[in-house]
Amino acid sequence: MKNNELHMTFPAMSENEALARMCASAFAAQLNPTIEEISDIRTAVSEAVTNSIIHGYNSKPLTIYFDAYIVDDELKIIIRDEGKGIDDINLAMTPFYTTLPDGERSGMGFSVMQAFMDELYVSSMPELGTTVTMLKRIKRCEEE
Amino acid sequence: MQVKTHLSENMATKQLVMSLTGELDHHCAEKLRLKLDSEIKKTNCKEFILDLANVSFMDSSGLGVILGRYKLITQKDGTLYIKGANRNVDRILRMSGIYSLAQKIEH
Repeated sequence: MKNNELHMTFPAMSENEALARMCASAFAAQLNPTIEEISDIRTAVSEAVTNSIIHGYNSKPLTIYFDAYIVDDELKIIIRDEGKGIDDINLAMTPFYTTLPDGERSGMGFSVMQAFMDELYVSSMPELGTTVTMLKRIKRCEEE
Repeated sequence: MQVKTHLSENMATKQLVMSLTGELDHHCAEKLRLKLDSEIKKTNCKEFILDLANVSFMDSSGLGVILGRYKLITQKDGTLYIKGANRNVDRILRMSGIYSLAQKIEH
C-alpha cells in the first residue's frame, strides 16, 4: 500500500456532514477496512464536523479544513476549524457534557470519537479554533 | 430522512409506530424533531415505538433527538420503545445508555 493523502475545505453547513463522512469512507476504502471499521470512521468524522459547525462556528458557513492521510495501515483524519475554540477540553470531552443543553445535544460527540477511533487528540485555543486528530489502524484482512 | 407513522392496535393498547428512513445526523435533526413532536403531541396513545430498521447511519445528533423525544413522551406519561436498529446504530444507542430509558424491542 502506497501512502496517500486527501485535503479539502468546505463551508460549515450541515449538508456537508454527509459529504465529509462519504469522502472519509471513500478514502479509507483503499485500506480494505471491514464494514464496521468504515462505519466507525464515518461516525467519528460526522461528530467532529458537526462540532465545528455547531460549536466552532455557531452555524456560520466559515471554512472547515479536512485532511486525511494513509501511512501504512493507519488512517489519520484531521478536522480543523478557526472558530471560537474550547475553554476546557477535559470538560468538553466528559460524556453527556454539553454547552447547549437546550439545543438537544446529547453531549456524546467526543465520547463517540474516542470509542470508535484508536486515538483521539484535541487541541484548541479560545478564539483561534479547534483541531481534532483521529487515528484508526485498519487490521489487515488477508488479501486474496 | 423520511418519517412515517402509523397506529397499531396491540391487544388493548394503541401504539404509535414512528418509522424513520435515511441518515440521522445534525443536518436532519431539527426537521425530524418538529415532525416527531407534532405526531407525539396530537395522539392520545401512551405507547410509542421508534422503528429504526431503515436508519442506515446515526451519530450523537440522533441520540439527542431520541433523548428529547423520550422526555416529551415521559411528560405525557407515555412509554418509548426502540426497535430495529442495525448493528452500528445499536452500538451508539448502547453506548449512550439510552436502553435504560427506552426499552429495546427484540425481533
